[in-house]
Amino acid sequence: MDTPLLSINGLTKAYPGVVANDSVSFDIGESEIHALLGENGAGKSTLVKMIYGLVQPDNGTMTMRGAGYTPSKPSEARQSGVAMVFQHFSLFDALDVAENVALGMETPPPMRDLARQIREVSETYGLPLDPSRTVGTLSAGERQRVEIIRCLLQDPKLLIMDEPTSVLTPQEVDILFETLRKLKAEGTSILYISHKLEEIRALCDHATILRLGKNVGTCTPSETTAREMAEMMVGSSFAAPQAQNKVLGNVLLSVKGLSQPAPGSFGTPLREIGFDLRAGEVLGIGGVAGNGQDELLAALSGERLSETGMVRLKGSDVSRMGPNARREAGLLSGPEERLGHAAAPDMSLIENGVLTASRRMGLLSNGFISWGKSRAFAEDVIERFDVRTPGPHVAARALSGGNLQKFVVGREIVQTPDVLVVNQPTWGVDAAAAAFIRQSLLDLAAQGSAVLVISQDLDELMEVSDRFGALNEGRLSSIRPVTELDIEQIGLMMGGAHDMEVAHVDG
Amino acid sequence: MIRLEKRPEPSRLWTATTPLLAVALTMIVGGLLFAVLGADPFEAIRTIFWDPLFHPQFAAYSRPQLLVKAGPLILIAIGLSIGFKAGIWNIGAEGQYIIGAVCGAGVGLAFYPSENVLIFPLMIVAGALGGWAWAMIPAVLKTKFGTNEILVSLMLVYVAQNVLIAMSTGLLRNPEGMGFPGSRNFKQWDAVHNAEIVANTGMHWGVVAAFIAVIAAYVLMSRHIQGFNIRLSGEAPRAARFAGVSPARIVFLCLGLAGALAGMAGLFEVTGPAGQLTDKFNAGYGFTAIIVAFLGRLHPVGILLAGLLMALTYIGGELAQLMLGLPGAAIQLFQGMLLFFLLATDVFTNYRLRFGAGAAA
Repeated sequence: MDTPLLSINGLTKAYPGVVANDSVSFDIGESEIHALLGENGAGKSTLVKMIYGLVQPDNGTMTMRGAGYTPSKPSEARQSGVAMVFQHFSLFDALDVAENVALGMETPPPMRDLARQIREVSETYGLPLDPSRTVGTLSAGERQRVEIIRCLLQDPKLLIMDEPTSVLTPQEVDILFETLRKLKAEGTSILYISHKLEEIRALCDHATILRLGKNVGTCTPSETTAREMAEMMVGSSFAAPQAQNKVLGNVLLSVKGLSQPAPGSFGTPLREIGFDLRAGEVLGIGGVAGNGQDELLAALSGERLSETGMVRLKGSDVSRMGPNARREAGLLSGPEERLGHAAAPDMSLIENGVLTASRRMGLLSNGFISWGKSRAFAEDVIERFDVRTPGPHVAARALSGGNLQKFVVGREIVQTPDVLVVNQPTWGVDAAAAAFIRQSLLDLAAQGSAVLVISQDLDELMEVSDRFGALNEGRLSSIRPVTELDIEQIGLMMGGAHDMEVAHVDG
Repeated sequence: MIRLEKRPEPSRLWTATTPLLAVALTMIVGGLLFAVLGADPFEAIRTIFWDPLFHPQFAAYSRPQLLVKAGPLILIAIGLSIGFKAGIWNIGAEGQYIIGAVCGAGVGLAFYPSENVLIFPLMIVAGALGGWAWAMIPAVLKTKFGTNEILVSLMLVYVAQNVLIAMSTGLLRNPEGMGFPGSRNFKQWDAVHNAEIVANTGMHWGVVAAFIAVIAAYVLMSRHIQGFNIRLSGEAPRAARFAGVSPARIVFLCLGLAGALAGMAGLFEVTGPAGQLTDKFNAGYGFTAIIVAFLGRLHPVGILLAGLLMALTYIGGELAQLMLGLPGAAIQLFQGMLLFFLLATDVFTNYRLRFGAGAAA
């Protein structure tokens, strides 16, 4: 291992308003499983996109086995022996496994040979897969095998895997790990991206940890505790959330046994979610993306109805009510996706105000919209939440992310909700706007409303929440006061502590 | 290198000027087309756009035709535009228009030869209901089974045409018509004749209905929450659901409204300018109305102007066939060009052209 397989030196990539990678350097050795660890938004995706030729770095160099490596597109990366399994699969449901594999190849062999090769590879690496099955009938784990086999047929030197276990069951994870170890034994290096600490400790030889685009350390996971890695990942800043002595009011929102089937093939089912939310309280719900956050918001906002008795607001059952009836009853919400969900991109801020406030703010009379009142409402939101815009007539998509986010969160807060549910309230927002939005949520709770914050940003949750719970595969962990929690426990809750081997630290 | 760059906001200037630019481009390319066909392009353009209104000899006949032709186009296009705003692509207005005419005419003929004044209003209602019911077929199939409304509504046009042939040669055929296909002549039955309200203007009840529809659609789309919900559904379906709008309701509302207006237009046509239910009374207004809706930027006032312009090209086109011997297909091509250029220039509403080397990927 004198010359590393891939050596990365000072890679930098900036997007308008954010430096995604700030001179990141590390080496991946031959036959090594190297972890790339970091929170959402830490710059992991940008970094691997540069390695895979999807994005060109602004600065810095890469060398492969000592020779310069500058892929300008993925096909060049593949020729150099770099293959990648994406988090979201690119497969055609209507085609069978062999056809899907052939579509990803530059010069596919005849179908019969290909089917034989697929069968060989799948047997060699313990990835059972029938090449003639239609992809639409496969489970998420089996689909991932299609992607992996597609990569293995290229005989790669470096295999990049982006959050491979996020769609797998624990049993499938075991199979995957066996395969990856076998590949390593045969001399393939693997760059393994994850934020699941225990997985990395079990699998990886080395780990590089990214925070806010910077390499904050490299470690040997087997010799490092989960706690140490977590502290590097999130920074030590949130180690001690200050104790908050609040007098809590009545239960405003009560959710009991909330279960819903997955909304589509990529959705997550909700399983037996239950919690109580009291006046004056902020409840933070964390978790890795795609574990039911969007689905929970839709079930609470009323976009998806649930069964009688599952969602109660101030004692009355709102489970069968749509979004407008829930708004009138005092339950407001702010979805994650600003453009297209919380706001209509091509409509003005005035119209986007009408979108959720029409009934609660009395903007309608006999179904006719009062544009005068609507403009006044939009102007009120703009002024109170310091939204930087030429005026309320501007289309939503013309605003920067932070300003639009201030508008859509402000739009709900100005309506003085009894309960406010927000998902990723500061996602992709600059630090000043994020701080402002968090403060607004705290102020709202201080005035006696109940606030539910769903977020993937642990710093944020520790800053605003009184109590914390985590979503994992559509299940909500037990809810505990943040003052009792340390980083290790939070990590375990997010990873679904019930099936993790170190569950004994819990409690 | 030339490339398109998305504008931060749709340009208001371009929104207003693209129809005019499209008309101008159509005149230029259409003129070239006519020149190739051996006609003087300037004369051809003048014959199409100017003579129908101002020719000393023909204008007296063709001027009233402007409203006669624009009426159904506007009425249908208004209904279509509301659906298009919601992203519901009803391409089968022609079928809804035909079935409206058949139902309305059928209800009326059941009372022949009564001169009761209530028959005509009853026929209008029956026409609207017929068009509505025909549009409910794609609506139900879309909401229950997720079928594509474009295909279903279009295919139903051909079904409707066969229904029309069956009716005009069978059940609704004039018993005193010596076996010729076609219903009784409504022009000879005073109680139901949709005659001109003011002589020599072309103004009949269908035109009145079209004007009312323009005003009602304007109020609906700009002031009422339902119109807002329709626009929202088209702009951002997920945001619409977040705002509590049921997608199925919007589908029923938009298809139903378009069907009812198209059905009404069919009834006014068959009892007025056509005068008789025959196997080809329909004249393709349901399809041309799609062009009118887009040419008018899906805005009621725009549609009013576009309907008049389109009617003008119809009349002018006929005149050009007659005077200059241009083939009918060339005139249809000319009308199609208008939509083509409109859609092509429409790009500049949301994008701007940039010259020079872009960031080479």
